[in-house]
Amino acid sequence: MASTIRVRATSSGETTEVQALIQHPMDSGYVKDAKGDLIPPHFIQELTFEYDGKSVFVADWGPAVSKDPYVKFSFKGGKKGDDLKISWVDNKGASDTTTAKIQ
Amino acid sequence: MTITLDGFPATRRLILKGAGAVALFGFGGFSLGSALAGANDKYPEDAFKQKSDADAIKSLYGKTAEVSDKVKLDAPEIAENGAVVPISVSSTLADVTSISILVSENPNALAASYRIPAGTLPSVANRLKMAKTTNVIAIVEAGGKLYSASKEVKVTVGGCGG
Repeated sequence: MASTIRVRATSSGETTEVQALIQHPMDSGYVKDAKGDLIPPHFIQELTFEYDGKSVFVADWGPAVSKDPYVKFSFKGGKKGDDLKISWVDNKGASDTTTAKIQ
Repeated sequence: MTITLDGFPATRRLILKGAGAVALFGFGGFSLGSALAGANDKYPEDAFKQKSDADAIKSLYGKTAEVSDKVKLDAPEIAENGAVVPISVSSTLADVTSISILVSENPNALAASYRIPAGTLPSVANRLKMAKTTNVIAIVEAGGKLYSASKEVKVTVGGCGG
């Protein structure tokens, strides 16, 4: 299966800007389906970005984060060609991991 | 649990407890340190369950925030679609360790909380759902203290009712 994580990490020399887009329903548990039944909550709880063996950014998310979540941040350091590891885990225990090259 | 009178199993339990404590300290030293640093340990399950913004902040950080112009909250005046509201938070404060975003009148106020390790810039952009017109609150934890900024966002179509 293709990865659910799309990442663009761009180094400007001093800092690396990271933008990530993840495919996930992020169901809040408050929305009803066509039959009027509540769709149970299903959302990413933790999203981690690691560079050089250390986490550079950790997102703790609740169900109020939009569907197919987007996040942007920057960290000092990071060289072109280096790896950035991204992983998430949701409230049902599902997870995904990918590695992106810094551009 | 059974009550023992001869004392032997109790002693054994004590020894095991002691060994457990040593193991905990041995492996847990690092996580213990970061737990003391505030919200920087694990997924804050309870904070996300709180209904009001004040309770969520208290559960997450155990203290209250003071309003600061060094916290910059970017959110639209009017959000046409409450399901996708672009919100970004940045700060000029030093030693920022976390940034949290709350939507006051969502069913659960806390929307997202970001841990900012040393070397990561205190700036984050994301997209959140908003049930209705309400205040968005940005909390920045810097040097162990909390600073906040808030802004009302008008929502024309709510993002929680479907």
